[in-house]
Amino acid sequence: MNALLKASGLTKRYDGRGGCVDVDLDVYPGEVLCIVGESGSGKTTLLNALAIRTGVDSGALAYRTREGDTLDLLALNEPQKRLLSRTEWGFVHQNARDGLRRNVSAGANIGEPLMAIGARHYGRLRETASDWMTRVELDAARIDELPSAFSGGMQQRLQIARNLVTGPRLVFMDEPTAGLDVSVQARLLDLLRTLTSKLHLAAVIVTHDIGVARLLAHRLMVMKDGRVVESGLTDQVLDDPQHPYTQTLVASVLPV
Amino acid sequence: MSTHEAQAALSEGYNFAYLDEQTKRMIRRALLKAVAVPGHQVPFASREMPLPYGWGTGGLQVTSAIIGASDTLKVIDQGSDETTNAVNIRRFFARTAGVATTTRTADASIVQTRHRIPETPLTDAQIIVYQVPMPEPLYRLEPRVTECRKLHALADYGLINVKYYEDIVQHGSIATTYDYPVLVNDRYLMAPSPIPKFDNPKMHMSPALQLFGAGRERRIYAIPPYTKVKSLDFEDHPFSVQKWEHACALCGSRESFLDEMIVDDEGTRMFVCSDSDYCHSRRDDKEKEAAQ
Amino acid sequence: MYVAVKGGERAIERSWDLLAKKRRGDRAVPEVSVAQIQEQLRLAVARVMTEGSVYDEELAALAIKQAAGDLVEAIFLLRAYRTTLPRFGYTSPIDTEAMCVERRISAAFKDIPGGQMLGGTYDYTQRLIDFTLLAEGNMPSDASIAERDQSAAMPRVLALLDREGLIEQERAEEGADEPGDLSREPLAFPAARATRLQNLARGDEGFLLAVGYATQRGYAHSHPFAGEIRHGQVAVEMHVDELGFAVDIGEMEVTECQMINQFAGSGDVPPTFTQGYGLAFGHSERKAMAMALVDRALRAQELGESIESPTQDAEFVLYHSDNVEASGFVQHLKLPHYVDFQSELELLRRLRASHGKDEHEENAA
Repeated sequence: MNALLKASGLTKRYDGRGGCVDVDLDVYPGEVLCIVGESGSGKTTLLNALAIRTGVDSGALAYRTREGDTLDLLALNEPQKRLLSRTEWGFVHQNARDGLRRNVSAGANIGEPLMAIGARHYGRLRETASDWMTRVELDAARIDELPSAFSGGMQQRLQIARNLVTGPRLVFMDEPTAGLDVSVQARLLDLLRTLTSKLHLAAVIVTHDIGVARLLAHRLMVMKDGRVVESGLTDQVLDDPQHPYTQTLVASVLPV
Repeated sequence: MSTHEAQAALSEGYNFAYLDEQTKRMIRRALLKAVAVPGHQVPFASREMPLPYGWGTGGLQVTSAIIGASDTLKVIDQGSDETTNAVNIRRFFARTAGVATTTRTADASIVQTRHRIPETPLTDAQIIVYQVPMPEPLYRLEPRVTECRKLHALADYGLINVKYYEDIVQHGSIATTYDYPVLVNDRYLMAPSPIPKFDNPKMHMSPALQLFGAGRERRIYAIPPYTKVKSLDFEDHPFSVQKWEHACALCGSRESFLDEMIVDDEGTRMFVCSDSDYCHSRRDDKEKEAAQ
Repeated sequence: MYVAVKGGERAIERSWDLLAKKRRGDRAVPEVSVAQIQEQLRLAVARVMTEGSVYDEELAALAIKQAAGDLVEAIFLLRAYRTTLPRFGYTSPIDTEAMCVERRISAAFKDIPGGQMLGGTYDYTQRLIDFTLLAEGNMPSDASIAERDQSAAMPRVLALLDREGLIEQERAEEGADEPGDLSREPLAFPAARATRLQNLARGDEGFLLAVGYATQRGYAHSHPFAGEIRHGQVAVEMHVDELGFAVDIGEMEVTECQMINQFAGSGDVPPTFTQGYGLAFGHSERKAMAMALVDRALRAQELGESIESPTQDAEFVLYHSDNVEASGFVQHLKLPHYVDFQSELELLRRLRASHGKDEHEENAA
C-alpha cells in the first residue's frame, strides 16, 4: 500500500440515521486533505472513525506505519491503539480545552506526550517545550503558566505543539480554527500551512469553511448528508466545481 | 440460637487468628496472585473486622491468613511498638491466635507495620505486612478506579510524571515526601503505603517477602524477595532521602528516621528515633560496651 | 529528660472502663433493656438491621445499646459480627406481592385494587413535641389494623401498568447468570444493577437521601412518582436439598418502594415508563424511597441517557455509600500520622528556606 491511510466503504450511523456512509478515502505522506461540509454532513463522524475514536458499522481502514507495516485499524486492541496515537498520530480538537490539561503548565502539557513515551530528563523536556512554544509563535517565557492564562488562539497553538512534539506522521484536526477571531484564524492557518509543509506532515482536517481548505489543503472532499459528493485536487475542485452542492459552497465564499 | 448463646460461643470459639478457613484460603489465593505479579493490585473480598476500616483491617486480614502457631509477631505503628493502635492489634492476635509476640525486629517472623519499615534490615526468614489506606498510586490525580485500571494495564504512567514535572516547576523538587510511588520489577507503579520516602530504598532487593493489605479499598499486592523497586524521579532530579542535622537524643544514631518532639512551652525540640526497637537496641549495645 | 511512654495497654483498658461508665450514665436512672430498644425504638432497629445487613431485631437492639445510641457504630458492630457467621446458603427471593400488608399506598392513582392503606405513619402527624411522653405509663389506644380479608387481592400497581405495556418490566431470562453476591466479592465496575442495588440497600440512609434529593432538584431529574410503597411481613423460604422442597424458615418485616420514572424508548421500541426500586428491613420508607431514586439515576447508562450529574456516576455513588467504610476512613485521621507529618514539615521548612534565600538575593540585586 502506498497510501498512509486508506479507507474503503466506511459507514458509521447513529440509530440508522446521520453519520457517514460508504466513504472511500486515501491520504498520502506529507499531504493535507480537507473534508468540507456543513454541520450534519457527517464530516466529524468520519474523522472520528478514521482516527479510530469510534467504531464503524462496515468498511475497511488501513494504515502504513513508520516501519512499513500495514495495520488493519479496525482490528487493533486498546494497547495497540494507544501506542499508535502516541507515536505516529496527533489529534487536534476544535476546542483547545478538550486537548489540553487545564491544571498543569504549558510546559507540562507539551512535555507530557514525551514523558508518556519515556522521556525522563527534566531539563531537556523543558528545552524541548520552550523550543516548540517558539515554533508555534508563543512566548517561551510563559512556559510555566496555565493554559487558562492564554487566549483562545494561543491555547490552540499550545494544543498543536502538544500534538507535534512527538513527531507524528499523521495529524487529525477537527475544525481547528472554528470559534476564533478572523484575524487570529488567519494567523493560525498560516502557522499550520508552514508546519505541515516544513514537517512533511500528513493531515486530515475537517472544516465547514471552504476558505480553510483553499489555504491548507492539497486535496479536498466535499460531504453532504453523510456522503462524499465531490473530491479532487483543491485548485481543480474550487475552480471548477462539478456537483451543485460544491458549486453553492464555492459561490458563497466571499472573494479574498 | 439466641443472641446470648451466640455471644458466649463467640468469645470462646474464635477460629485461629479470627478469620474462618474459607476466608483465609481466599486471601491466600489473592496473595499468591499478588506475589506472581509484583506490584499489581489484586482485588479481594475484604471482610468486616473488629477494627474499623481505615485502621488496619487489610494488614489484619493478611496477617491472619498467613500466621501460624509457631510464628512470632511484631506490630508497629509510626515505628513504635507502644502506640495504642499497635498495642491493640498485637493484643488482637495474642487473643485470637495465642502466638508469641515481640518488640524486637530481629526476633519476629512476621512484622505488621503502619507507616514505617524497621531500621533493622529484614532477613529472608521474615515477612513484613504493610497496612495500606489507599492502594492506588494515581488516586490523587485520577479518582476513578476504572480509569486507573486501564492506565496500569497499559503501563500508561505519563500522568504521574507530569505531576512531578509540575512539582519541580513550582517547588524546585518533587513535593511528595511519603507514600512515594515506586515502579516494581520495571512494570507496575505501586503505592508503598504512607511510609516516609526515607524508607523507600529498603524495599529494593529486600530478602524479606513484602505483603500489602488495603481492607477498605479491597486490594492486596506484594513484592517478592529480591525484586527491583525504583522510586520515580527525573534523571536530572534524582530521588533522594531526608536527612537531619541532629542525631537521636537517646542513642546518637545519625542513620535512622527521627521524630521531632516539642518538649516545653518555649518550643524546645528534641529528635528521637522513630523506630523504638532500633533505638532501644542501640542503647543496650552502648551500655554493654560501657560496662566492658 | 524525655522517656518514651509505655503503657499503651493500660491506657486502652482504662478507656474501655470509662466508655462503659459513660454508656451506663447516672445509676439512679433505670438501665435501658435490649427488649425496650427492640420494642420502642423500632425504627432505629430497622435502620441498623438494614445497613448492618443482618436481620435480627434483638441483635440490632443489643448493638444499639452497646453503641450508646450511635447508629453508625451499631451498624459496624453488626457487620463485624456478620463476618463470623457461618453461611448455609441462599433463600428463595422474597415475594413482596404475597406480603401481609400493614401499610400500602400509591401516589400515582387515586384508588387501586386492594385499596390505599394508611397504616401507622408519621406522615400526617403534626410535628409538635408531645410532652406527655415525658411521663411514662402512657397507654396507647387499642387501635389495630382493620380486619381485612387477607385473601383480597393486592396486586402490584406496576403490574397494572404492565398489562397495558406502559412500564418496563424485568423479565426472567432462560439461563440468566446468578446475580453476584456483594458480600462475597469486591465491587467491580461496570457494576450490574443487581450489584448496585445490593450496595444501595446497605448504603447510608443520609447519603442516599442527599443523592436522591439532588436528583429531585435537577441533578439528573427523573420525574419520579411513587408508584407503590408497601410495608409488612413476608415469608422467608429456603430450598433444602435433603428434603427436595422449600421450607418456611421464618418471616421478616420489609418496606418496598417502586418508583415510576420518566419514559424512555428508542428507534425500535416504543416509549414506556421506567422504574426505580428500593427495599429495606423493618419500616423504613425514607430509605426505600431514596434508594429507588438513586437506583433510577444510576441506570442512566443502560437507559441510554447522557450522564451529566454526579448522582449518575456509579463510581462516585457506590464507593461512598457505605458508612462503615466512610466512618472508618474519616476517623482514621485520629491515628498517629506524625511520621508523615514530620516529612511534610521538613519539606515545607526547606521550601521556605529557599524561598527566603531567593527573596534575599532579589533584594540584594
